[in-house]
Amino acid sequence: MKPKKQATSRKAVIGPFVERLMKSLFFLCSAVVILVTLLITLFLFREGLPALMQVPLWDIFTGVIWQPPAENPKFGVLPLITGSAVITLTSLLLATPLGLAVALYLSEFSRSLERDVLKPLVELLAAIPSVVFGFFALVVVSGWIHGLFGVGTRLNALNGAVVLTLMVLPTIASISEDVLNSVPRDLKEAAYALGATRLQIIRRVILPYARRGIAVAVLLGFGRAIGETMAVLMATGNAAVISLNILTSMETMTAAIAIEMGEVVFGSLHYQMLFFLGILLFLISSAVNIIADYIITRGRLR
Amino acid sequence: MKERLRESLVILSLRVAVAVVLAGLLTVLFDIVSKGVGIFSWEFLTESPRQGMTAGGIFPAIVGSVYLVALSLAASVPIGVLAAIYLVEYTPQGRFLRVIDISIRNLAGTPSIVFGLFGLGLFVNFLGFRQSLLSGALTLACMSLPVIITASREALLSVPNEFREAAYALGATKLQVVRRIVLPNALSGILTGVVLSSSRVVGETAPILLTAAAFYAPTLPTSPFDRVMALPFHLFVMATQSSNPLKTAPIQYGTALVLLLVAVGLNAVALVVRAKRRRLKVW
Repeated sequence: MKPKKQATSRKAVIGPFVERLMKSLFFLCSAVVILVTLLITLFLFREGLPALMQVPLWDIFTGVIWQPPAENPKFGVLPLITGSAVITLTSLLLATPLGLAVALYLSEFSRSLERDVLKPLVELLAAIPSVVFGFFALVVVSGWIHGLFGVGTRLNALNGAVVLTLMVLPTIASISEDVLNSVPRDLKEAAYALGATRLQIIRRVILPYARRGIAVAVLLGFGRAIGETMAVLMATGNAAVISLNILTSMETMTAAIAIEMGEVVFGSLHYQMLFFLGILLFLISSAVNIIADYIITRGRLR
Repeated sequence: MKERLRESLVILSLRVAVAVVLAGLLTVLFDIVSKGVGIFSWEFLTESPRQGMTAGGIFPAIVGSVYLVALSLAASVPIGVLAAIYLVEYTPQGRFLRVIDISIRNLAGTPSIVFGLFGLGLFVNFLGFRQSLLSGALTLACMSLPVIITASREALLSVPNEFREAAYALGATKLQVVRRIVLPNALSGILTGVVLSSSRVVGETAPILLTAAAFYAPTLPTSPFDRVMALPFHLFVMATQSSNPLKTAPIQYGTALVLLLVAVGLNAVALVVRAKRRRLKVW
């Protein structure tokens, strides 16, 4: 009898202690997420901000030449910003209508069997690694574009934008589809009862209701496109020139970091400038998240 | 009549858009499968590169990728699952939860190259791990954390509350409920999330480019502080920095095919398991 009693009493003492210990462990693990976010911010700024001591902020954002390895290095980020902007916007211009069309077709016009096949196929696009898309752009799409337009440079902004379109499309399509499916049935049925046709319901009921959600879908697509590295790096030719002609080579901020980081001296100005580009990208992706969050919560409050 | 015509025109144009997307997907898949399958052989998978990387196989890159994925999951899975347990079972309130939610979403949206910079700053330089398997795996672990937490959270939430209440009614403590009731019932959902995140991790190139990857390593890594070859990085360098891109084209396509098979295969496994689970769930 005696040992058993001892065991239970020991359990009674240790039990609550273990409960509390494990709870603290769970808590610490969830705090890791916050820690990582803080560390990313800390290390980007720690390595990147010192660049401002040597190159004034004004010069960075108004400089039209990015030429770090030269004897008299120039760190104007405008060519990289325009490169990122042109490639991202071109891909969104293609991916938004396509993604919306896919979402609308899946949610309103497809039969359930058709849907069960199409939806996983669209999601499959998201599973293909970006380096594979980059490889495809490098060896296949560049040839098509060359054949179509007969331009001098095989690797250009359009080449990057085309594969980027395939990469952001699943983001835009699947979020939009969720939003379109969330339109309440009674709204649609009320419209049918009033004699509206299917197209009228889409135009007057579904699309207005889903407006905010679609905006969020496009915004998140933008965030994904501007942060994409390998595909654009392999596809666009990486010439840091300011141009609006999508048939010329361009370099994005992400590509500049990936290419040049391998050649820089640790702690040099060039190294710091590449981290400064990282700060810009991090601020952009955070802003995208905050704006998306704002649109969603404001919509819910209404 | 006019309305009918307009409707079929709309449907037609939507169908064209869907067809364009499918054509894009199938072209990528077909091109890589058809041109990669020629070199695909047992030797290609099990031999090292030879003759200045213009011949031979991709064995070290496969091993490197396996090490990177395994080591990063070893770090991210326990932390992610335990974090999800805290968020679901211990229901923190108010500001802490909000900060966590914002952090998770923010991490999920952060570009992979920024994670690379972070890993370079923290693991490679500050902690002195240099460019190594360890630095790369830890960087990838930070990247996959939001995916694993989100998937585990969903899995835990899908366990019905009645299960917990029944256990409490029998006198179980919170920890016992979590260990004996909630975790076993959420396990398959959590595993689905792990498989899904490994399918993404295996294809990530930008983070390991800055923290771990070696163009060519004469031997397989023997310690976590060695640099490693990896499938996505191998494809990248072979395609862009090869001295003779035409001669190595089959190797490039072969590497792309292996990477595609692994990433898409893992993804498909996760999707199928998830669909089955939803259909089979009895509660």
